[in-house]
Amino acid sequence: MHNRIKIKADSINFFYNKVQALKNINIDILEKQVTAIIGPSGCGKSTFIRLLNRMDELVPHTSITGKIYIDDVDIFHTSADPVEIRKRVGMVFQKPNPFPKSIFENVSYGLKINGIKDKSFIEEKVEMSLKKAALWSEVKDRLHESALKLSGGQQQRLCIARCLAVQTEAILFDEPCASLDPISTAKIEELILELKKEYTIVIVTHNMQQAARSSDYTAFFLLGELIEFGKTQDIFTKPNDSKTEAYITGRFG
Amino acid sequence: MTSIKEKIYKWIFATLAFSSLVFLIGIIIVLFKEGMPIFKEVTAFKFIFGKSWYPTYSEPEFGILPLILGSIWVTLGAIFICVPLGVGSALYLHELAGHKQRAILKPIIEILASIPSVVFGFFGMVIVTPFIQKLFHLPTGLCALNGSLILGIMATPTVCSLAEDALSYVPKSFREASFAVGANRWQTLTQVVMPAAGSGIATAIILGMSRAIGETMTVLMVTGGAAVMPHSYLEPVRPMTAAIAAEMGEAPMGGSHYHALFAIALILFLVTLVFNIIAEIISRRFRIKLGLSG
Amino acid sequence: MKKNITQNIGFLMLFLCIIVTLIFLGSIIYFISARGAKVISWEFLTQGPRMGMTQGGVLPAIIGTFYLTLGAILFALPLGLSCAIYLCEYSPKSFVVNIIRISINNLAGVPSVVFGLFGLAVFVNFFKFGVSILSGSFTLGILALPLIISASQEALMAVPQSIREASLSLGATKWGTIKNIVLPTALPGILTGVILSIGRVAGETAPILFTAAAFYTRGYPKSIFSEVMALPYHIYALMTEGTHPDQQKAIAYGCSLILLFMVLLVSGIAIAIRQRQRGINA
Repeated sequence: MHNRIKIKADSINFFYNKVQALKNINIDILEKQVTAIIGPSGCGKSTFIRLLNRMDELVPHTSITGKIYIDDVDIFHTSADPVEIRKRVGMVFQKPNPFPKSIFENVSYGLKINGIKDKSFIEEKVEMSLKKAALWSEVKDRLHESALKLSGGQQQRLCIARCLAVQTEAILFDEPCASLDPISTAKIEELILELKKEYTIVIVTHNMQQAARSSDYTAFFLLGELIEFGKTQDIFTKPNDSKTEAYITGRFG
Repeated sequence: MTSIKEKIYKWIFATLAFSSLVFLIGIIIVLFKEGMPIFKEVTAFKFIFGKSWYPTYSEPEFGILPLILGSIWVTLGAIFICVPLGVGSALYLHELAGHKQRAILKPIIEILASIPSVVFGFFGMVIVTPFIQKLFHLPTGLCALNGSLILGIMATPTVCSLAEDALSYVPKSFREASFAVGANRWQTLTQVVMPAAGSGIATAIILGMSRAIGETMTVLMVTGGAAVMPHSYLEPVRPMTAAIAAEMGEAPMGGSHYHALFAIALILFLVTLVFNIIAEIISRRFRIKLGLSG
Repeated sequence: MKKNITQNIGFLMLFLCIIVTLIFLGSIIYFISARGAKVISWEFLTQGPRMGMTQGGVLPAIIGTFYLTLGAILFALPLGLSCAIYLCEYSPKSFVVNIIRISINNLAGVPSVVFGLFGLAVFVNFFKFGVSILSGSFTLGILALPLIISASQEALMAVPQSIREASLSLGATKWGTIKNIVLPTALPGILTGVILSIGRVAGETAPILFTAAAFYTRGYPKSIFSEVMALPYHIYALMTEGTHPDQQKAIAYGCSLILLFMVLLVSGIAIAIRQRQRGINA
């Protein structure tokens, strides 16, 4: 089975002030596959994933060279609107960050800002998104309660549902389980495997079991460089680079 | 489309953000424009150091030294009241008050800081004035002492609140280190915590002073209003703010008296500006010293 | 042991400091409440002055203060909130932003009588609004501006960055994020700032001395260009003008009690909200 390339990073260099955080990164991310990015803290993996929907712009004093294409559209081109890109590519963050609003309003938020007013359409979409995020059965009777009352794991699934309501192409996970307990983590991983039927998924993690369990492809970053990229199976069983091997066998990180 | 709308919003906010600057510059321009003409009639030196303030005489004299001294006397007196009371109360809140007591007292002090100055002035007139008059057998209880007393009480909550904030910024580790070498609480408080919070407390005092020197209604109502060189705290004085407030109503617009009052306001403005800048510099250093972000 | 005696004396002094402070401030509230309460009646609150300020009520002054305060907030809130939004949400740290910050700090330190002179020269004389509600509201509004800005800034900064990111990552624009997420979340804090400013503005006298206030007006203000009676000015005028000091003093007690009650209530509410808000965030 051959999947086409969904996201392509071409010779990316990235700087905070004058410190280089990413060095010449080239990756092809395939459609409807899970690509994991692993590496020790500070290796640039979060920096990289935030470029993919242009969240880097929120941090001042940064600069970038190289190109990122999503479906052959150059997302750093001056004519590209970051708002449009973010409508296609969603993001789930390290710590669950629901809005201080009701569960329903959280999921419908993306629809609302896109000017959708049709009530029944919104209700349908909210239900569908919560079902896809495996949260519907837990919250269906209290949709209008504050999202902040949910547990951490539920909040994170709510954040995923929030993306699913609007974003139809790709979802970026930036260490989505970093603040969750093992049971909630397992649920999220299950969910990721389910979502990959429809979405292109990129997940940053420093949990190697998680990468091994849930991804198809794995990229290993170290000190801003892409050391190795390939099928997850290959990376974890016969890595080409000794640094990759050292990392996955737990000798540093 | 959306990006144009976004830019418009950004520009609206950016433009309105300048309002404070515009008003500040506006105030400076107005004070200079309306205040400078007086210096065609008297020299700046004679204006500031002249000892007689007779603006309405047929041959008017515009010497504001009595007014300046009135402000200084009253403010200094107020400092003697609000600094010990304010800082002492802050130390009490910080060191001795329990959690519950603090949770009640701190908001009460903050609420008291909002009592309007005219109410303080009124209190001074009806309660403190007869008291001072009887106590010292004076012809009138409206005097510099009364002004200092009321102003001091009035500034105390402000000084206390700001000083308490400064104390709370001192890291716990400082205290623990002091206890660890066998110091008791008093020694820790006076020799470690207070010096560490020192410039923060200094900022509180300067801001309290700045508020006292610019305060109008209380001094207008309780200092007696005599524009003479002050000799004693038991005699009436007329601070600068009181002179402006009391006389502006009668000063014909565009006349010398009018310009002179604006010139006083200009001096007052510059003095408080200097106070505020000093407070700002000290508090910035304080924050850097304790490793807090600016 | 000498060490501990010093400590005990020291602590006693601190205790005395706070007791003295509370006694002073408490006695102000006590005297004004006790003597003001005798004057307050339904008539006092609902009628205008009669018999050359010696009888009747102070309703026009209460209404005047209400108009002036409302006007000041209507003027200062949009400006102040916009300024805070720009500083917290849009501005990169730059020279210009520093200038704005410095000017806010210094505006906050300008003596209130200087605001009064500014209002006199600019609104009353230059724009020819005359001694009026409009001039007074603008003058008080400028005084309230720094308060509203700093309270709004504090409220905006308390909104976690993570939910801004969440909103942007869902494809919301910057303004959409501010409108739908940031402002609703910061609302309680902003309201606290507004309420505190109301308390401050309602009690200010010096800025309205020459820009808005009159000791006596016939009936109620007819337009924003009318001069008005105002509670704080009324207290001052009753004590320094007029011909019946003793009757006027009684009325001044009543006015002081109303003003004190309003201001303490308003700032009490604001501080209670803030206290709760901080409790939740901490």
